[in-house]
This record gives sequence, structure tokens and C-alpha cells, in this order.
Amino acid sequence: MSRDSAASAPGQPGTRAGRPVGRKATGSRWGQFVEVGLLQGGVQGSPVLRLLMRWVRRPLLPVMRLWRRNIQLKVVVTTLLMSLGVVLLLGFVVIGQVRNGLLDAKVKASQSQATGGFTVARQEADSAAGAGGEDRSGPDDNPVQNVSGWMSSLVQSLSSGGQGAFSVVTLSTTSTDNNSRGLGPRASGFVEWSLSVPEDLRERVGEGTGAAQSYTRIFYNNGQESQPGLIIGTQVNDPNGDPYQLYYLFPLTQEEKSLSLVKGTLATAGLFVVVLLGAIAWLVVRQVVTPVRMAAGIAERLSAGRLQERMKVTGEDDIARLGEAFNKMAQNLQLKIQQLEDLSRMQRRFVSDVSHELRTPLTTVRMAADVIHDARVDFDPMTARSAELLADQLDRFETLLADLLEISRFDAGAAALEAEPIDLREVVRRVVSGAEPLAERKGTHVRVVGDQQPVVAEADARRVERVLRNLVVNAVEHGEGKDVVVKLAAAGGAVAVAVRDYGVGLKPGEATRVFSRFWRADPARARTTGGTGLGLSIALEDARLHGGWLQAWGEPGGGSQFRLTLPRTADEPLRGSPIPLEPKDSRRNRGLNDAGLPLGGTQKLATVPAQPAGERAVPPMPALAPRVAGAVDPAALPGNGARVVPRPTTEPRGQAGPPGEAPAEDGRVTGEKSDQLKQGEESRGR
Amino acid sequence: MKGRVLVVDDDTALAEMLGIVLRGEGFEPSFVADGDKALAAFRETKPDLVLLDLMLPGRDGIEVCRLIRAESGVPIVMLTAKSDTVDVVVGLESGADDYIVKPFKPKELVARIRARLRRSEEPAPEQLAIGDLVIDVAGHSVKRDGASIALTPLEFDLLVALARKPWQVFTREVLLEQVWGYRHAADTRLVNVHVQRLRSKVEKDPERPEIVVTVRGVGYKAGPS
Repeated sequence: MSRDSAASAPGQPGTRAGRPVGRKATGSRWGQFVEVGLLQGGVQGSPVLRLLMRWVRRPLLPVMRLWRRNIQLKVVVTTLLMSLGVVLLLGFVVIGQVRNGLLDAKVKASQSQATGGFTVARQEADSAAGAGGEDRSGPDDNPVQNVSGWMSSLVQSLSSGGQGAFSVVTLSTTSTDNNSRGLGPRASGFVEWSLSVPEDLRERVGEGTGAAQSYTRIFYNNGQESQPGLIIGTQVNDPNGDPYQLYYLFPLTQEEKSLSLVKGTLATAGLFVVVLLGAIAWLVVRQVVTPVRMAAGIAERLSAGRLQERMKVTGEDDIARLGEAFNKMAQNLQLKIQQLEDLSRMQRRFVSDVSHELRTPLTTVRMAADVIHDARVDFDPMTARSAELLADQLDRFETLLADLLEISRFDAGAAALEAEPIDLREVVRRVVSGAEPLAERKGTHVRVVGDQQPVVAEADARRVERVLRNLVVNAVEHGEGKDVVVKLAAAGGAVAVAVRDYGVGLKPGEATRVFSRFWRADPARARTTGGTGLGLSIALEDARLHGGWLQAWGEPGGGSQFRLTLPRTADEPLRGSPIPLEPKDSRRNRGLNDAGLPLGGTQKLATVPAQPAGERAVPPMPALAPRVAGAVDPAALPGNGARVVPRPTTEPRGQAGPPGEAPAEDGRVTGEKSDQLKQGEESRGR
Repeated sequence: MKGRVLVVDDDTALAEMLGIVLRGEGFEPSFVADGDKALAAFRETKPDLVLLDLMLPGRDGIEVCRLIRAESGVPIVMLTAKSDTVDVVVGLESGADDYIVKPFKPKELVARIRARLRRSEEPAPEQLAIGDLVIDVAGHSVKRDGASIALTPLEFDLLVALARKPWQVFTREVLLEQVWGYRHAADTRLVNVHVQRLRSKVEKDPERPEIVVTVRGVGYKAGPS
């Protein structure tokens, strides 16, 4: 059954539906070629053939698709095919039986009739021979005439006994010799003997071993239609002792009529059975499939956030049990989600309350400290210094508290995006002018590149400004007095701001860890620069809230670059960034090694900045983390050197939408849109 | 000099500290700790400005704000511990002119208070027209077809700022600086909420504004006269 297995190869079963079962018997080479080649699509031959196959297969694709997706169709078609097979088999057996029954009786009757006839013929011959011997005046007294006449009368008498129920044919064995003696073939009932008596039967009878029989068609020379018949023949001697062949031909018209009647009945019955079985299968499958489809539809709606959806349960059968179990599951799911939502609400409420409770006394302390600080000139040096320390540390405490609250707001999913079209150049200008005092203190010059044209994106100005302020301040603080370059760009559906410094840079692996909470580049280093250690974590969350990316690149001693990429319009998934993560003037791009000397044999990069798919690929870097999966979703793989931030599906993006509903829709839309980007995910999801 | 400030706050320590700072800056603070008594205290002291904590025992700050605004256009500055959008917007919509998030620096507080009181300096007599409105800057009145429209000082300032330069599109940041007196860019929600409030008073159809027109992606400008 090699062809069967080929036909049911995955993805190709659809074509079998239309193929008649009977055709399988004719396993010609062409048939094999068509089945194997067409159904499997595995023609290894010429491209022309492959093209042909594709051309033939194309119109079948929707059918195959329907076949794959529709269990009802599958069951009905299978039932139809199998019942057709059964009915055909049954039909053949029944028809065989009926034929045998009908013919057996007829054959027996015919045989006895023929045997009787043969006996009569022999007796006639014997009696004629006896009478002839007496009557004959001479040995050569016109024996041919005599035998010829005798034969004619014999045929006449033999056939007259049947009253048209059979015909009789006589043939002389050696026709050429006998012809010269005038003894030709004789037939009763206008039978065309030459066509009606098959050649091989004549040979068998000619062997003279006894009676032989065969089925044949009886042809007539009087315009009567030919009909099927049974022919029984034997070799008999004429009065002269010469052998001749005597045939009885029995028409089987009646039997054939009965048989075709039976066949017709069977075919009609079979057709009805097949069609009815198909209909029954359709109905039965419908009974099962309808609830299953309903369950599928409701499950989809559940996953879309409509948690109150339930299946309708009637009766107590298995389907009802499925429905009950399904509803129970949905119930529990709803309960759990409710609990989680409550928990989240409580958490948010708690954060809000703590915020208030902490802030009120802190405000008092703050104001008191400021009053004391302002009056410190009147104090002795120790108290004055204490007042300074108090004020400074209160500043720090305040920022820390604010950052903590911001982070907890993100964690609770309470952060809301207020996106509107903003020009990032404005934001950058504000940030740069805000960082000017610090830059002056550090002796750093902050340059802005790429601000000739508007860089507009739908974003939350407050959050973007916070992110960029963080990046610029970090760059200035770690830039060791060298220039800081802020680069803007827009391309495709994305805008990007990259902040480049030429300071200490980042060690391998640090490009990921900079975003960790409370992470510090060098724990041993004194915490002279302010900062809470939460800035980049918050920045990352802000980027994520926009559906954007925040990524870092750096090399030890060669500086670093932080890149913020935002989608041009909210809800549009990012496919790439207009600015490469690794700057053009990195050591590796300039062909220098870590010490700043021209690059020798081994290539070594400080960090592995994974770039989003679709961007210009970086040459492979040996001995460092592979960037395969990370390129798409590195947030799931900490430590691969990248922070590509996919849009979170759990965070409500609208201000007041009920949690659970909006994110689910959002996530779905995102998933659909980013098909090309995440083909791997797509194949996993379906 | 005008400088009476009513502090509505239930935290006695903070209220006392606020008192110290305000007195140090030359204001005359008075105090009330209960939301229920706030309105009575307001009527009694007739302050030039109200410092209002949002979380109060009895009536909460939002309610108090609404009650005060119902009978007076006196500047109200909210003190809030919550900088979340919803809280701030609710506070502003209830009629507050400005808000300060705790913890704040004394200088910041004083700057905000001064910015709110600054407008009481004598303006030059000036007549402005915006849409079908006539604004008398010195008389602090806005009239449509002779009928005057009551605006709070802040809303009036906002309208005047727009009307003075009808050819200019004001970004939210510029408005924040001109109307609220912020030197650095701050929360643009202030502008959004107050523009909505202003529109609800001066527009014939607030859904289709003709006086204060939104310029998408930039800010606001005065409608054609």
C-alpha cells in the first residue's frame, strides 16, 4: 500500500477525496506517477514537470485547506468512500451469487436437453446407417446426397423439439473435404453459425473427448439482434461414419434480463445506502462537532477577555460533560483573574497610600531642612555642615522615593501612556539645555546631530523626556569630559535617539545589566555621582510602555551608546531602528583593538549588542553569546547583551480601560502585525 | 499687601511648617484642618489664595475645592502626594488652578504662590477681542453681546494670553510659562484641563471650539475674530 501512504502524506490528503476507489485497481505507471507526483509534490524530475505539478496543484489548494480544517467534511467523505467500497464489494458478491443461481439451473436444463439431442442424433445416425445399408443398391449410390438430406432433416427435427428455446447447428469436422462432398454447415433458427460458434470451442469439440460448452453471443442472419447464449457441442458420426459437430445454442436473454434487473436494483439500493450513510455521518458528526465548535468559539472569546462567556449545557451526555468541565474551567479562570486584578488593585492602592503617608512627613522634613539650610551661615561650622548634609541627603532620599514609587507603579501595571504627536527635537533640546550646567561642570560639550528635520512620533513627552534626560545625564557623568553626541533619526515606522559618549564604556555583559535595578558599574567606586540606581530601569519601562526599545552598546574604554527606538505611531510594532546600535566610530568598525591599535588576528568585542531583526547584521563574533533568538525577544533571555523591549501585553495602555480586555486585544493586534518579524513565533502559535 | 493664604491641611506638623515658611516670605497664613470646616474658614478669612491638601478628614480636598470654586474665583493650589494622572486631573477639573506634588521645596511652593498672586498687580487698561468675545483686561471682564461671562482669574489670564497674540500658536510649554509662571517645562496636563474648563465657559459649542482652537501636534491659538 505504498500509494496509500503517499496519498495520506501530511498536507496532501485532500485530493484523495475526489478519486474513485475503483481506479486504484488500475495501477499503471502513469497512475502511479500521477498519484505520487501530484499528491506528494515530490517530483524530483525536470523543473518543467515540477512547474506542471504546481500548476495542477494550485486549484486544489483551497480544497486541501478545507480538508485539513473541516473535520465534518473529513468524516463525511471518509464515510462515503468506505461505504461505497463496502457497497461495491457487496454488490459484486451478490451479483455473482445471483448469476450463479440463475445460470446453474439453465445450464443443467440445457445440458440435459443437449445430451438428449446428442443421443437422438446418434440413434438417428445408427438407424439411418442400418437402413441405408439395406436400401443401398451400390456402395457409391449417392451417399452425399443422402447424408446431406439426412442432416438437414436431423437439424429440422432436433430444433423443432425446442420450439425456439434453442437452435441447432451442425458443422462437419473437415470442412474443405466435406464441402467438396456437398456436406455444408446447417443451422436452425437463422443462426449465423460462423460468428456464434467460437473457434476454441470448435477445436475442443474437434478433439472428440465428449460434450463441451461455452458462453457466447448468438448472432442471427435474419436481422434479429444478437443475444447472449450458452452453446453446448459434441462430435457425432453421420450415417456414413464421418464425424461432424453438433451444437446446441441456448439463448440466455431471460437470465440476462433478470440479472440486469438485480444489478439495477442493487446499484440503486447501493447508491441510496451510500448517500444515506453520508447524510447520517454528516448529521452524527454535526452533533459532535457543533458543541466542539461552540467550545472553540467561546474559548477564543474567553481568551479575548470576555470572561463571562459560558457554554450552553443540555442533557447529561459526554458533550454536556465537556460543556460543564469547560464552564468550570472558565469559572475558575475568571475567579483567578478576578483575584489577581483585586490583588493588583490593592497593590496599587497600597503604593498610592504609602506614597501619601510617606510624602507628607517628608515634606515637613524637607521644608524644615531647607529653612535650617538657608540659615546655616549663622551656625557654627559643624552644625552648618550638618545642615548641608541633611539637605543634600534629603534630595537624594526624595529622588529615591520618587523612583521607587515610579517603579512600583510600573510593576503594578498602573502606568498609563499619554501619547500624542511630539517632535523629539524639542524634547532633546530641553533635555540638553537642562543638562548644560552639569556638562559645564564636567567640561563636556553635548552635540546634537540629525535635528535638521522634524522627528515626530506619537509618544508621551513626559516619559520620553525622562528617558532622554537620564541617558544624557549618564553620558555626561561617565563621559570623562569628552564630547557627548545625541543623534536623532527617523526611518520607516520608527524614530530613534542615540546618546553616544566616549568615556569608560561598558565591559562585556554589562550592556544588559545596566538596566537592572540598583546595578552599579563598579561597586568599589564611590557613589559620588547621585542617581538612585533606578534611572535606567525606569527608562526601560518607559520605552516598553511605548512599545519601543531601549538598548545599550559599549566597549571598555571606548565609550558607550544608548539607543531609544520608538514606533512612529502608537500600537505599531517596531521592525528596526533608524540608527545602528553599534556606532560607526566604534573600535571594531574602525578596525582597532581594545588598546586602540590596528586590529590583529583575534576579534574581540566588549559587548554583544543584539540588534532587532531586519537591521544590518553585525559580522559573527566568536566566543560570545549567540544572538539567534535574542534578536527577536531578548527580554526573555537576560545576559545575551541586548534589551529589545517588546510591547508588554499585560499592561493596560489606555487610561481607564478595564484591565484584561485592552491588553489582550492589543497583544493580538501586535502579533498579527509583526508576522514578518516573528515568523518563528507564528509557526509556534498556529 | 495682599498675602493672606488659607492652608487647609490635616497634618499639623506640615501645617505649622508651611506657616513658618509662609510667614518667612511675608504672607499671612491661616489654618484649618478639617474639610467640613474649610468652607466656613474660607468665608471668614477671605484669603487671596488657598493651599489645599487633597486628602482630608471629613470632606475631601476635591469636594472642598469644588465648593470654594462655586462661590469664588480665588486661586487654589492643591497639595497632593499623588502625581498620577487621574488624581491630578480630577483635582484640576474640580477647579484648582495649580498643584504641587509632595515633597516640595519651600522655594518652589513660594514661587507658585507668587505666580498665582502676581496677576493682582495693576494691569494697563486694554481692550481685546477674541472670536465674538470682548475682553476688558483692566476691568477683568469678558463679554459676549453685552452679557458677561464669569471666569476665574486663571482662566481669564489664559484667555488674555491667547487673545493678545491671535496670530501665534502657543505650545503648552509656553502657556505654562506665561500663565502659570513655570520657568521649566512641567506638567502639560494643567494646560489641557484648564483649556477644557475655559472652553466649557466661553464656547458656544465646547465640542467644536471657535475661541480656543487646538492646533494638532503643537498647541492652542485664539480663534479668528
